[in-house]
Amino acid sequence: MKRHLLSAADLSRTDAELVLETAAEMLALADRPIKKLPALRGRTVVNLFFEDSTRTRISFEAAAKRLSADVINFAAKGSSISKGESLKDTALTLEAMGADAVVIRHGASGAPHRLAHSGWVHSSVVNAGDGTHEHPTQALLDAFTMWRHLGNLDGRRVAIVGDVLHSRVARSNALLLQTLGAEVTLVSPPTLVPVGVEAWGVETSYDLDAVLPKADVVMMLRVQRERMQGGFFPTPREYSRRYGLDARRMATLQDHTIVMHPGPMVRGMEITADVADSDRSVIVEQVTNGVAVRMAVLYLLLSSDSQEDTSL
Amino acid sequence: MSPEPARPAGDPGQSDGRTVLDDTDIARALTRISHEILERNKGARDLVLLGIPSRGVPLAERVASRIASVEGYDVPVGSLDVTMYRDDLRLKPARPLLPTEIPSGGIDGRTVVLVDDVLFSGRTIRAALDALTEIGRPAAVRLAVLVDRGHRELPIRADFVGKNLPTSLVERVRVTVAEIDGTDAVTIEGTPAERSPA
Repeated sequence: MKRHLLSAADLSRTDAELVLETAAEMLALADRPIKKLPALRGRTVVNLFFEDSTRTRISFEAAAKRLSADVINFAAKGSSISKGESLKDTALTLEAMGADAVVIRHGASGAPHRLAHSGWVHSSVVNAGDGTHEHPTQALLDAFTMWRHLGNLDGRRVAIVGDVLHSRVARSNALLLQTLGAEVTLVSPPTLVPVGVEAWGVETSYDLDAVLPKADVVMMLRVQRERMQGGFFPTPREYSRRYGLDARRMATLQDHTIVMHPGPMVRGMEITADVADSDRSVIVEQVTNGVAVRMAVLYLLLSSDSQEDTSL
Repeated sequence: MSPEPARPAGDPGQSDGRTVLDDTDIARALTRISHEILERNKGARDLVLLGIPSRGVPLAERVASRIASVEGYDVPVGSLDVTMYRDDLRLKPARPLLPTEIPSGGIDGRTVVLVDDVLFSGRTIRAALDALTEIGRPAAVRLAVLVDRGHRELPIRADFVGKNLPTSLVERVRVTVAEIDGTDAVTIEGTPAERSPA
């Protein structure tokens, strides 16, 4: 493993499989009376969140605490960031406090990369979502969830549906799933296909109904209205009719196909309530798996002190 | 997992390995250990065998099958990975985790016999004892090892030993088991010149 986890593209197939196998052992911990391991005792993990995300933050917090690390939560709102402090000064403060890992979420794509390579901090940096760029631990937990349901991902077909343009989840998933041998199809309105998608090495489609019967996994994305500054589609109702997953479309899926969503869901928009609550939906399981996968990532990045021999 | 994992093939020390125990010796040692466990425990009731991955697990299963053939009682067998409890985690690159499987009955109130291939510094067993306390509260914990090579760094000793093997610190003890390596053998590799007189 490398010292930082900034992009799903950083992970070789061996690394990714090591994370998934480690996560499987971490998941077994949930059945024990004492859900804690001593592996990171005395290490400090800082959750540095410049963007609101309760779900991801508590997932990292639970992961770090189950490994006995000390956790410092740092939310930009109400901190000196709102007084105009820069990322650099915040980083120097964290370095002075002796952080061993910094889990960073930032609205600007590339902020984690800047933090990791500027020399401001010597800790490991984990990207917990940067702008519209990447969210590698989400991709790992999605792959882990698929792996538990479908086994080996070689040749499996994954449809990623919805607002691909604004989705860091889609990009990280496309990269990681290909590393693991799956075939990815992005399904979205033409206005929500990112520029340069040809370089991702995935198929694209505008027709959800044509893709669904062949898919082994259907991953619905949230429509990120907070990032949209213009008309990407005429009305939510039309979007929902063309790209929403409802009971009728779910009926065209193969028997083993699972339905995923990174959350938070907008019920009735990209996914209907009866699909979200159906047997095929593994959305709640994704949350449980998220803690196990983040434990695996923190353990693999932090358990060794020999950081000099690692580089990106 | 033995404290000093054997080097992969291609290591210069591999070819001059001396076989100390062959498959019949190992079979005999495991049979004796099984009988000793039964005698000490006065039967097989309330026993749980936990192998320490990777080679302790097949050894634990073999002991369990011997106990079953003597007593006609199936002793639950599990595995206990101690990686996260090791005290050298920060000194070495991250190790992959190995499976931990606790038998469905749990370990509370039972006599747990930890089974490993080699007993060396004792640090693996210390880690195993820590791991056990987080899983439950056994009535007693015993230790069975195929080989005790000495050089303890902690006040730990085995209750059941297949063979005591005085070694020098520069030597390597290598245990292979049929389930994982294809053959049963215990070999010593490295220079025997500095062998301790123990």
